[in-house]
Amino acid sequence: MSQPILELKDLDVFYGPIQALKKVNLQIQEGETVSLIGANGAGKSTLLMSIFGQPRAAAGQILYRGTDITQKSSHFVASNGIAQSPEGRRVFPDMSVEENLLMGTIPVGDQHAEQDMQAMFELFPRLKERRNQRAMTMSGGEQQMLAIARALMSRPKLLLLDEPSLGLAPIVVKQIFQTLRELARSGMTIFLVEQNANHALRLSNRGYVMVNGEIRLSGSGEELLGNEEVRKAYLGGH
Amino acid sequence: MSSTLASKRFDVKKSLVDAVLAGLIALIVFGPIVGVVLDGYAFNLQPDRVAAMIGAVMLGRFVLSLFLQTPRGLAILAGFETVGSGVHVRDPGYQSHLRWVLPLLVVVALVFPFFASKYLLTVVILGLIYVLLGLGLNIVVGLAGLLDLGYVAFYAIGAYGLALGYEHLGLGFWSVLPLAALAAALAGGLLGFPVLRMHGDYLAIVTLGFGEIIRLVLNNWLAFTGGPNGMSVPAPTFLGLEFSRRAKDGGVPFHEFFGIDYNANFKFLFIYLVLLLVVLLVLYVKNRLTRMPVGRAWEALREDEIACRAMGLNHVLVKLSAFMIGASTAGLAGVFFASYQGFVNPASFTFFESALILAIVVLGGMGSTVGVVLAAFVLTVAPELLRSFAEYRVLLFGVLMVLMMIWRPRGLIRVSRNGVQPRQGVAP
Repeated sequence: MSQPILELKDLDVFYGPIQALKKVNLQIQEGETVSLIGANGAGKSTLLMSIFGQPRAAAGQILYRGTDITQKSSHFVASNGIAQSPEGRRVFPDMSVEENLLMGTIPVGDQHAEQDMQAMFELFPRLKERRNQRAMTMSGGEQQMLAIARALMSRPKLLLLDEPSLGLAPIVVKQIFQTLRELARSGMTIFLVEQNANHALRLSNRGYVMVNGEIRLSGSGEELLGNEEVRKAYLGGH
Repeated sequence: MSSTLASKRFDVKKSLVDAVLAGLIALIVFGPIVGVVLDGYAFNLQPDRVAAMIGAVMLGRFVLSLFLQTPRGLAILAGFETVGSGVHVRDPGYQSHLRWVLPLLVVVALVFPFFASKYLLTVVILGLIYVLLGLGLNIVVGLAGLLDLGYVAFYAIGAYGLALGYEHLGLGFWSVLPLAALAAALAGGLLGFPVLRMHGDYLAIVTLGFGEIIRLVLNNWLAFTGGPNGMSVPAPTFLGLEFSRRAKDGGVPFHEFFGIDYNANFKFLFIYLVLLLVVLLVLYVKNRLTRMPVGRAWEALREDEIACRAMGLNHVLVKLSAFMIGASTAGLAGVFFASYQGFVNPASFTFFESALILAIVVLGGMGSTVGVVLAAFVLTVAPELLRSFAEYRVLLFGVLMVLMMIWRPRGLIRVSRNGVQPRQGVAP
């Protein structure tokens, strides 16, 4: 097996006295789509943010293509090929779509901005229609598309997505996952954190299930979808 | 038919009610102020004056109320209601009408001092100093969204920089000007570091403390700063030529060198022109900065700090740069203030001053350059020109602020800027 693009080794993260992540081990291979599912408060978002060093890991290692980035600053991580679309979208409300996308180029400089922006408009035609509109005035789904596109503007090798389906209508969720599938097919490595286990696991090559800060289960997408425990806990017995 | 339509459109009863309400408020406000006149130790009641005032207010309110029911009035009302929130983003290619007005304004500003009286000149200098302060604080508060209540500290550093530089190092106006900007920027960086993790109210308290520390040091370090007695500041010179009637140490004063008649305005004329150039320069630099990545980063930080971090924006650098650039502008303003007054003491750098500068930024519209320039003049020049109402100055501020919060919660001038367009790709 080749070297994984991202590897977490025995990662411990604390919020004050509370341990949010307990000895988390996780691997993502280049070109894979991996999802992490779990209930509220399981530590999914914490795991994503700790890859960016906020909060910092108390123990363990985060290896990105063989380099230890555990103690590196957020902007170092961002400018070396990891991009994140944070939970709750967090687009810049007073900036236009184009400006939001330009903000995404900050870690790498804007020499490819024009070209990449066109690529984003192809990926999300809705954004093109609204290119000069303020992000605040757009619907939740459009904002989510914008957040993903903004993350892609830094030409990442690894895309971290935190709950892209949060608060969106089922049809919009479907659209977004369709786009993610296209992205994955084009070779992008995606690490998806989701509550919507059904969609996430169908999209993914592999999945991890997190409970109370620990990885409880892991396996291929289909395996997990078929797993009795997962079905009961996250799929509502469908 | 048309008359019934008109009467439907004009709700006279509503206007009457409005007028009566306004009259009541006017009675409360003007009753004690206009109606009671102190005559020696006795009160002189003047009900007719009150009645006239209230009558004028009621009539005005009635007419206004009727006017606001006409289509035109309704349009104006709608304009007030759709202030919306946030920044208005225009098309990237949009060109402001200001580009016609601006050269005209610059020409007027350049010609104006040669016709103005000394008094008017000094008032406008004060206005320009506050423009500078407002522009600086606008970067910190308006763009980066960091509420700074101790901004006056940097202003003091600039002003005392000139006084102390002259006293201890023999530096003059010109050498201190860049040095003061640097010193203030350093102080801004110094303040910036400990407050990097703070937001909102906490940040405001810490910066407020910083402002007070600087003022108290200036007040109490008698041996170094002269304490409350203040320090004198040298008059500025033009290439070493003094503006006084007779130069010290046998030098040649400005007017003799150029063979023109002596004019007591020379010093202020000089300060005015240099100040105007600096203000124009700062305006230009600020305009460019807001279009640069760092300007966008400031605005991004104001809008969503977590998103900034998630995108790997170096928030340390972004915050510090906002603090330092804002502070250096205040340092410049301080130097001008000191040489304009010819004297500095800690009383000029109280919290009220910080509040005034903040009021300029808020009144002008957070982040709006034109608004800040206008507001700086409104809040500094107007009280000077209305000297006879000087005691009501703070009251005027209060009323202005309340009115603004009702009608223009985002400031006099709506913040709008051109959208940014990506550069054409440069080969990697």
